[in-house]
Amino acid sequence: MPKKILHVVESAYRATLEEQDDTVLWFTHAMKGAGADVTVVLRGNAVNYAVEGQNASGLALGAKKQTQPPTLDADVAKLVSMGVELYYVEEDAKARGLRATDFVSGPKGLAQAELGELFARFDLVFTW
Amino acid sequence: MPKKHLSFLLMDAPYEQARTTTGFRLVDAALRKGHDVTVFCYEGAVGLAFAKQVPHANAVHGRDVAQEDHPNPKDWVAALLTLAQEKNAKLVWIQCGLCVDERGVGECVPGAVRGSPADFLKAVESADNTLVIPTR
Amino acid sequence: MPGGYLLIESRDVFEGPTPFLELARTLAQEKREGPVTLFLVENGVLPTRRCPSSEALSALAKAGVEVLADEFSLKERGIGRERMIPEVKPAALDVVIEHMAAGKKILWH
Repeated sequence: MPKKILHVVESAYRATLEEQDDTVLWFTHAMKGAGADVTVVLRGNAVNYAVEGQNASGLALGAKKQTQPPTLDADVAKLVSMGVELYYVEEDAKARGLRATDFVSGPKGLAQAELGELFARFDLVFTW
Repeated sequence: MPKKHLSFLLMDAPYEQARTTTGFRLVDAALRKGHDVTVFCYEGAVGLAFAKQVPHANAVHGRDVAQEDHPNPKDWVAALLTLAQEKNAKLVWIQCGLCVDERGVGECVPGAVRGSPADFLKAVESADNTLVIPTR
Repeated sequence: MPGGYLLIESRDVFEGPTPFLELARTLAQEKREGPVTLFLVENGVLPTRRCPSSEALSALAKAGVEVLADEFSLKERGIGRERMIPEVKPAALDVVIEHMAAGKKILWH
């Protein structure tokens, strides 16, 4: 039985243009593809990753144009479609002016006070 | 204390954060206790084992290269691999391959091996415990 | 996996109590999974030198969290025992390995 792993993602928009991905969401995707039993919580600024309609296109430095900008909202939706349970901390979303209707379909709101109960369900909790 | 297998994930590039030294200290402490250790280097941390790091002098302090005696992170990695052998412990140092490629740091110290997120998952599943030290 | 948490705090709290420290308090008070230890390392040890921000750490200790501070980080920052708040105990980094080997859930901030 694989270990139950929880990824708590707080770091947001760190090198996402350079990498053309969020490297933690990407890593989660790769681990899931390799058979991991992994769940994700977005907290802090990372709750913004679930916002539908993000657009990072248009970056050009000199003549070099970025043709594959990150599509973090799609990546969040993709994780959900792969069967990854994905939560966001409601207080962090509210503090950033976000409502559930701002998000792509799939992420579930979780109160800060419920984190302890969530952590108890997992063998390992990794903070990112 | 019975021997355990502990795994770590590091993310920070060399010379940027105190977390790197703490990560090294934790690996050192684990090996000294005789535990087996797996380290998965992700993103900038793949630079830690890059073989082409070169020490420098320190003109501000008036020290030449020999006097400055500045260990590059690759030296710390090599020292930890040696410590593992001395303690009859296993240290597996895995470099995330795509991170290596995009940073052009393919040449690493002997003992560091190329891997992927699947190797991190294998380490997590087989280890008694895992600590991820994230970057900011 | 046996119960209990080791939370490793590498950041200072001079901007105010962080959600991570709040998490430590909540986990300790819920007593859901065993004891909670907070291990301060790097700049996380700075508020152990008695100052207004030390209150965040004292409050955690009163809430049942064992608060430890990395001896090396303390020495590196010139924080002597006599200047530290009494609720925090200096400890070797080995404690982290001991907690890992004991199967505690380990979180880094």
